[in-house]
Amino acid sequence: MSALTLTNLCKSFGGLHVTRNVNLNVAPGERRLIIGPNGAGKTTLFNQITGELTPDSGQIALLGSDITRVPSRRRPHLGMARTYQIITLFPQNTIVHNVSLALLGLSPLRWNPFIDLKRQGHITERAHEALKRVGLGHIAERPLSQTSYGERRRVEIAMALAQNPKVLLLDEPFAGLSIDERHDVHELLMAIPRDVTMVMIEHNMDVALEFAERITLLHFGEVIVEGTRAEVVADPRTREVYLGH
Amino acid sequence: MTFWLLLTVNSITFGSLLFLLAAGFSLIFGLMRIPNLTHGSLFMLGAYFGATFVGGMLGMMFNFWVAAVMAALLVAAFGAVIERLLLRRLPGQQMAQVLVTLGISFIVADFCLMVWGGDPVAVATPDTLVGSVRLGPMIFPIYRIAVIGIAVVVAIALWLLLDRTRLGAMIRAGVDDPDMARVVGIRVSRLFTIVFALGAGIAAFAGVIGGPILTVYPGLDQYMLPLALVVVILGGSGSLLGSVVGSLIIGVLYNFGQALLPELAYFVLFLPMVLVLLLRPQGLFGRFIP
Amino acid sequence: MKTRIIALLLALVALVTVPYWMPGAYYINVTSQILFYAIFALGLNILAGYGGLVSLGHAGLLGISAYAAAYLLHAGFGHPVAIIIALIAGLISMAVYAVLSLRTTGIGFIMITLALGEIIWGLAYRWISITNGDNGINVHSRPMPFGFSLASPTAFYYATLVVFLVCIVIVTIFVRSPLGAALMGTRDQPRRMNALGYHVWAIRFWACMLSGLLTAIAGVLFVYYNQFISPQAVDLTASAEALLMVISGGAGTLLGPIVGAALVVIVKSVVSGFIERWNMLLGAIFVVIVIFMPEGLVPGTARLWRLAWRQFGTSRDDDAAAPSKAGAEQ
Repeated sequence: MSALTLTNLCKSFGGLHVTRNVNLNVAPGERRLIIGPNGAGKTTLFNQITGELTPDSGQIALLGSDITRVPSRRRPHLGMARTYQIITLFPQNTIVHNVSLALLGLSPLRWNPFIDLKRQGHITERAHEALKRVGLGHIAERPLSQTSYGERRRVEIAMALAQNPKVLLLDEPFAGLSIDERHDVHELLMAIPRDVTMVMIEHNMDVALEFAERITLLHFGEVIVEGTRAEVVADPRTREVYLGH
Repeated sequence: MTFWLLLTVNSITFGSLLFLLAAGFSLIFGLMRIPNLTHGSLFMLGAYFGATFVGGMLGMMFNFWVAAVMAALLVAAFGAVIERLLLRRLPGQQMAQVLVTLGISFIVADFCLMVWGGDPVAVATPDTLVGSVRLGPMIFPIYRIAVIGIAVVVAIALWLLLDRTRLGAMIRAGVDDPDMARVVGIRVSRLFTIVFALGAGIAAFAGVIGGPILTVYPGLDQYMLPLALVVVILGGSGSLLGSVVGSLIIGVLYNFGQALLPELAYFVLFLPMVLVLLLRPQGLFGRFIP
Repeated sequence: MKTRIIALLLALVALVTVPYWMPGAYYINVTSQILFYAIFALGLNILAGYGGLVSLGHAGLLGISAYAAAYLLHAGFGHPVAIIIALIAGLISMAVYAVLSLRTTGIGFIMITLALGEIIWGLAYRWISITNGDNGINVHSRPMPFGFSLASPTAFYYATLVVFLVCIVIVTIFVRSPLGAALMGTRDQPRRMNALGYHVWAIRFWACMLSGLLTAIAGVLFVYYNQFISPQAVDLTASAEALLMVISGGAGTLLGPIVGAALVVIVKSVVSGFIERWNMLLGAIFVVIVIFMPEGLVPGTARLWRLAWRQFGTSRDDDAAAPSKAGAEQ
């Protein structure tokens, strides 16, 4: 059974085909990189996997069960989490509150209008744990608006990890980071245990190459090349459509 | 038979008035993305101005049409001032802009009450259009038919403006994509002022034209505003065709509702709005969902 | 924390002793009005402040409960039946409102709630066989809970105070609860909340229902206080007044709507003593607040206060109610 399977996925906006018959098979525990130049349809593909967009045709399966028709809000409950390319956090709240919201999203407690959220020790504890994992334990109580871009990127990852996902989708986690910050985030991702399958999209190939075991190259919504890191890098089609020479 | 036919004519007349009110409302909404809650007040203000000009002011009596145009120009200038002085201060904050228009509508309503008092003010029907025409067995008041004609003329003029002029092209571009319009070098901010003034002017003109039919009274603003809102929700914002169709539907529903179910006339309006909201939230001819 | 508890206790003592230090029955009545308008504003604040859903038709909802109670009392039903059915009617109408208006947010929400509110006004005005049109419905008696008569201003004040305190507790608990946190999340980042596993629509719907409950309670108090209901209570001005209470005090804060309700009620009753032009002043306050103090009086003052503390070099107390995004913002 694979962690994530896309079968003949198609999506178009008007006449523009943004996803063309995409097939993808990610094994459990795998680190998959999806690359492609800007406009290749990477984020659109992610949005279909998370259900924010509905594919025109094709199937999406998570851990062997078909989730094509499952509403996007149910998918985190089935073990899927994602980070965003443009950071969409809650800037007025503290970092730990942000992570608590992620935890709460999967808990039946989220419907409870009677208890005091601040006194839910288990949630706060787990939020702090998740923050320690990404190295932000010391500034957990700081309002998000007083943090740096790199720190926010880590909060994103902490929020995703806090949900204890089986499949983690990372949308350009290195974008906009300095070299040092990139290195830190990279370390952080490498430290995530193997029971989490990770799929990352990135348009800058060099940044994420180390991360990948298998690479899928997307171009104009179509899978052009797929294989191990070495295979894809060596493939002439990669050079042609992606590296541009 | 006569009853039904007369009711139909009345419906279309009322629909024509609604169109004059809603066309500007819809344009402003389409371009600035805000429902202009002063629109009912501008209609009422125009009607009061018209009544004063026609009835005589400072020893001068004005011809009905002159009065209508003067009222339209005055209120258009007022609209431009609102846009320049107040809405301009809140760029991009649509919610705040809507609330400001709401505040202004209260000020205008109270101003009218202060100046013209609480009693209804009648606007005299222009002499040339007094009386009725006989068509076979039926008698129609000329003025009501004339209102339909005026609305058609205004609709065509607006269509020409939007479709055939440079200004119209800029407005259409702004309605379709305000950001893109800005990028290609259209001075959207000036366009806002022009469209706001234009919408205000048409609303005031509609107020004067509607004066002989509705009479002018405090509360006319609150009576008209929701009708314009429903027309735009129904027809779709930013669409001239939507305003035409929406106004006619509401005109017919409202008049037939009043004749057949007088107690629930307002409620009858609600049904098409609900249906449209459920089935086609951008409205019949709208380009975007508010 | 300590200063907060002391302030709360002082406020409570002041409220309980109102009939003893207020100069007369008129002022006790004004205070009762402030309290039930505050309940109304707290209800609207759940949506406009914490949910980012600005409703301009809330007076319509208040009116439905008020009319329901008045109609039933007029028809000869007892107070308990009238009150319970009025609350249920308010909740059912709120559910209908919510289903129709929650299809959109932002401007669309304003438009639809405004249209719905106006339709209720139209019904109140026109459906004469039920509402008695412009003449309104009179209510001839007030309930007698546990045998106490609420006929006097003081007795009615205490009844309103008890209900008000219960409502404040309900809102405070809700705002601190997970569901409250989720609601604020859907205000700030609806898409993100959805991706985190929240049912955004349902959260908003339940927020509407809580708002509807408070509004219905305020409606019942309104009709018993005035012993009269007419379409005027349901019109756009009334909805706008409620919104002004929320925005002027500070949307998305606990204290804001209460301060706003006090401000509007006091200005209205004081001003009406001098001039008739309440609407003009209402409109002007609205414009000034939206343009110059969009965050509202409570957060605005809190900000100035903290600034002043810092100026004097004293350590500041950060415990003030978390200022959050004003509903007036986009």
